[in-house]
Amino acid sequence: MTALEQNPVTTGVRRPRATAYWAVSDCWNIARRVLTHYQRQPVAIVWQLGFPILSLLLYGYVFGSAMKVPGGGDYREFLMPGMFAMTMAMGFMNTAVAVVTDASKGVVDRFRSMPMAPSAFAAGRGTADLVVAAAELAILAATALLIGWRADGGVPAALGGFGLLLLLRFSLIWVGVWLGMLVPTPEAAGGLYAVAFPVTMISSTFVSPSLMPDWLGFLAAWNPISSTATAVRELFGNPVAGGGTWVEEHALLMAVVWPLVLTLVFLPLAVRRFQRLSR
Amino acid sequence: MSKRMKGSGSPAGPGSSSGYAVLAEGVVKRYRGKGGAQKRALDGFDLAVRPGAVHGLLGPNGAGKTTAVRVLATLLRHDGGRAEVAGLDVAREPRRVRSRIGLTGQYAAVDEGLTGRQNLEMFGRLFHLGNRAARHRAGELLDRFGLTGAADTGVTAYSGGMRRRLDLASSMILDPDVLFLDEPTTGLDPRGRGEVWESVRALAAGGTTVLLTTQYLDEADRLASRITVIDRGRAIADDTPDALKDRVGGDRIEVVAADAGDLAAVAGAVGRVAGGGLVVTDAPARRVHAQVADRVAALTEVARGLQDEGITVEDIGLRRPSLDDVFLRLTGHGATDDAPPNGDAENRGTGNHDTSEVAAA
Ligand SMILES: Nc1ncnc2c1ncn2[C@@H]1O[C@H](COP(=O)(O)OP(=O)(O)OP(=O)(O)O)[C@@H](O)[C@H]1O
Ligand SMILES: [Mg+2]
Repeated sequence: MTALEQNPVTTGVRRPRATAYWAVSDCWNIARRVLTHYQRQPVAIVWQLGFPILSLLLYGYVFGSAMKVPGGGDYREFLMPGMFAMTMAMGFMNTAVAVVTDASKGVVDRFRSMPMAPSAFAAGRGTADLVVAAAELAILAATALLIGWRADGGVPAALGGFGLLLLLRFSLIWVGVWLGMLVPTPEAAGGLYAVAFPVTMISSTFVSPSLMPDWLGFLAAWNPISSTATAVRELFGNPVAGGGTWVEEHALLMAVVWPLVLTLVFLPLAVRRFQRLSR
Repeated sequence: MSKRMKGSGSPAGPGSSSGYAVLAEGVVKRYRGKGGAQKRALDGFDLAVRPGAVHGLLGPNGAGKTTAVRVLATLLRHDGGRAEVAGLDVAREPRRVRSRIGLTGQYAAVDEGLTGRQNLEMFGRLFHLGNRAARHRAGELLDRFGLTGAADTGVTAYSGGMRRRLDLASSMILDPDVLFLDEPTTGLDPRGRGEVWESVRALAAGGTTVLLTTQYLDEADRLASRITVIDRGRAIADDTPDALKDRVGGDRIEVVAADAGDLAAVAGAVGRVAGGGLVVTDAPARRVHAQVADRVAALTEVARGLQDEGITVEDIGLRRPSLDDVFLRLTGHGATDDAPPNGDAENRGTGNHDTSEVAAA
C-alpha cells in the first residue's frame, strides 16, 4: 500500500497505482521539465555543443600533425574517440551546474516537499541529460567525420562504441547530481572545473599513458575515461596505442566495470543527498 | 469544489493523533556551526495549530521561523521533540505528510525556465494528478490567482507579486490540509502584499489550515486568528492577536514637547485620555506617551487640550504596537538587537515583570 492510496484529495483523478509506476512517471516528468528548458532556450544547447565541437577542431588541427601515436596510426584517428570520451566525462559538469542552480532557486525544496518518488529528481535529470548527451555525441561524430575520422570496425562495433560512451556519461550523471547538491552556489560549481580538468587530462585522451612518467601513466591508465577511450578506439578500429598493462589490455571490460562501479556508488549517494538535503 | 473532512479534524487515540492540524512539542533542531560548535535554531519549540485556523508564527530575523517550517514540511529532520502534521509524525511518515501539505518557502520556488502554466502542470503531474487533471487544475489556479493573462509567459518576466502568487498556486494544487507560508509578503510592494493577503484569506475561507510566518505584527494581526511569538528557537507567547496586543498595550499616543518645562503639563493632558492607565514620561527625549483606547478621539482631545493651554509641541501622533513592542514587552530585549534594554525601553516596558512568566509558560 502506498501513501497515495490513502489520500482522498482530488478524488476521481488520483488512482492508486504501484510505486514503480510513479517512480517511472515522476522520473519522466522531471526529464520533461529539463527538456522543456532546452526547448524554451535553444541557445543553451548551442553553447553547450559549441565548446566540444570547437575543442575537437582545435585539438584535431593544432596537435593533429605534431603528435605521434606509439605503435603507429593517424593521430587524429586516435584523438577523436578520446575527445568523445572526454566530452561525455565533462558532461557531469552540466549536470552539476543545473542541479545547484535548481537547488539555489528553491525549486528542489518544492520537489522535496511533494510526495513524488525520492529517486525521481536524480533519475529524471539523468534521463534528460542522457537524451541531450546522445544528441551531443551525434553532432560530435558528424563533425569528426567531416574532418576525416572514420570508424572501420563495422556497424555493430560502432554502435557498441557509442553505447559505451553514453554509459560513461550515464554513470557520471550521478556524480554530477551529487556534487550539485553538495556545493552551495552555482558560482562555487565553477570551481569543480579546476578538479575536473586535470582528471580528464590525466588519461589516454590526448597521449598514451606509456609516454607519461611512470606514476602519472599509472593514474592515467586506471582513469575510467581511458578505459572508455581505449575500448571505443578498439571498437571503432582506430589506433589504440596501449601500454600493455592489465587495465589497458582489458579496456572493454573496464569500460563496463568502471561505469557500473561509479553508478553503484554515486546513484545511492545522490538519491540520499536529495532526501536529506538540509540547507 | 467541496472541502472534505480532513483526517486531522478528528482526534484519534490518545498519544498518537492530537486533533491539531500542526503540533510541535519540544522540537529541537541543531545546526552544525563553524569549528564543530552547535547552534540550536529550535530549542524546545512548541506549537499547536487548530484545523482550519490561520496561525501566525511571529518572530524577528533568525528566530527560527524558517527552521520550524522546514521541519514541519519534512525538509529538515529535527534532533529532538515531536512534530505532527495532519496527525502524522513528520519524522516517521514524511511521505504521507507530503501528500497533505503545501509549502511556499521564504524564496519563491517556481521554475524560472518554464511558463506559469508549465510550472503548474508540471507540479500537478508530479502530484500524480494525471495529464488531463493537471492541465485542468493549472487553468483553474491560474484563473483563481489572476495569472491567466500571463499564463504562457516565462516566469522570468513575472513581477515579484506574480511570482509569489504562482508560488502560492503551486502549493495549492492538491488542495492541501495544511499550508505553510514562510514570510509570504517579505520583499513585496504594498500592492503585491495586498494580493497575497487576499489569496490567503480566500484559502482560509475554503477551510485550509494555514501556518504563516511573518516579521510583521500587523500582518499576523490581519490574517491570523492566533499568533505564536517565537524568539531564539522557543515559543515565548501564544495568544489571539487581540490578547497579544492588549498585553503589549494597544495603540499609544505620543507627544514630544518643544520645551522641557512643559513636560508636566503635557503629561497632564495625556493623562486625561489615558483612562487611568500609565503615563510614561521620557524626560531626556521630552516625550510623553500612554496607551489609549479610542485612538482618534484621544488624539483630537490631547491636541485641543494642549492648544487651549498654549503649549507648543514638537510632535504629536499615534503609534501602533510593532513587533519591537511585542518583543520588548515579552522578552525585555528588542526584536533586532541582543543588547539589554535601554532607558527608554525600561520606561515603556513598565510592568515588565510578566516577562518571566511568559517565558516560562
Ligand atoms: N543551514 C544552516 N546552518 C547553520 N545555521 C543556520 C542554518 N539555517 C539557519 N541557521 C541559523 O538558525 C537560526 C534560525 O534561522 P531561521 O532561518 O530559522 O530564522 P528565521 O526566523 O526564518 O529568520 P528570517 O526572518 O531571517 O528568515 C539563525 O540563527 C540562523 O543563523
Ligand atoms: Mg526565515
